[in-house]
Amino acid sequence: MKRYLIPLALFLVLAGFLAVGLQRDPRLVPSPLIGKPVPVFSAPRLDQPQTVVTPAELRGQVWVLNVWASWCVPCRIEHPLWVDFAKTQKVALVGLNYKDKRDDALAWLQRYGDPYRLSLADNGGQIGIDWGVYGVPETFIVDREGVIRHKHIGPVTPEAMRDDILPMLRKLGA
Amino acid sequence: MGSLRSLAAGLAAVLLSTLLVLHTLALAQTALPLAEDPVLEERVKRISNDLRCLVCQNETIAVSSADLAVDLRRQVREQLRAGRSDDEIRAYMVARYGEFVLYRPPFKPTTVLLWLGPFALLLGGGALLYYLLRQRAAARPPLPEAERDRARALLKDGSP
Repeated sequence: MKRYLIPLALFLVLAGFLAVGLQRDPRLVPSPLIGKPVPVFSAPRLDQPQTVVTPAELRGQVWVLNVWASWCVPCRIEHPLWVDFAKTQKVALVGLNYKDKRDDALAWLQRYGDPYRLSLADNGGQIGIDWGVYGVPETFIVDREGVIRHKHIGPVTPEAMRDDILPMLRKLGA
Repeated sequence: MGSLRSLAAGLAAVLLSTLLVLHTLALAQTALPLAEDPVLEERVKRISNDLRCLVCQNETIAVSSADLAVDLRRQVREQLRAGRSDDEIRAYMVARYGEFVLYRPPFKPTTVLLWLGPFALLLGGGALLYYLLRQRAAARPPLPEAERDRARALLKDGSP
């Protein structure tokens, strides 16, 4: 009897590891930027390309950066959540239009609603690289001191909004 | 008549060769960025080969055709041109995307298991095998003298 117990135990340990591994999404790579100050950038506003904005102007308040593009299909899925967010929350929602054409972006906002208090453009994708963006849409939460506190990769689901994003904003006193 | 024909043929030949030259010139133009600095391109390729593309995770940014991989290759090229070292470029990528981008993770406390785990398993397995085989050999009772003699006789005889 004992000689069967060892392989059985080994099997159970292996199955345990595999079961945990299967439930994790390999596409979600933890960002090294969490807990770090926001990368410095200067981005033109989407609505007024002559005006350039830097993160210093957002200092002193909690804000949310949502990276999106008109060519990004999952962005359309999460978008109603942000429209709703803008109606119910006081937090500044900043949109970063990533590797897009200005006309397409403006038309997209016209069509699906514009929840952004401030819309910035990153046509070349350099700001995206500095923020470690690899799968649009992505969402970052920045605290009053300008430190990145949370990152959500992929479209925000109602559950992620309820369980991660809103609690984090409350915790930061927004 | 004959001279007219040869003139036409000559003109055609000139035209054709001009077109060919123009064509190769056009080709040379498009290939220029690569041929411009083969040493630089070689370095771009070597560094890109060690960096994971986060969009298609089992590819390096050297082979991936994802948009981000194209951007990151350009990033590597520009930084090399600006005189940055290989290590500085790797640090740049790690600062943004985490150590997951490195196809050769550095040896440090959190990666000890990753680097030494297979060797530890091999050594452990070898030790276990050695121990079990020795135990089995020790547990087997020696053949009684009478049976040993019979076996010897059978082997010598060659027939049952």
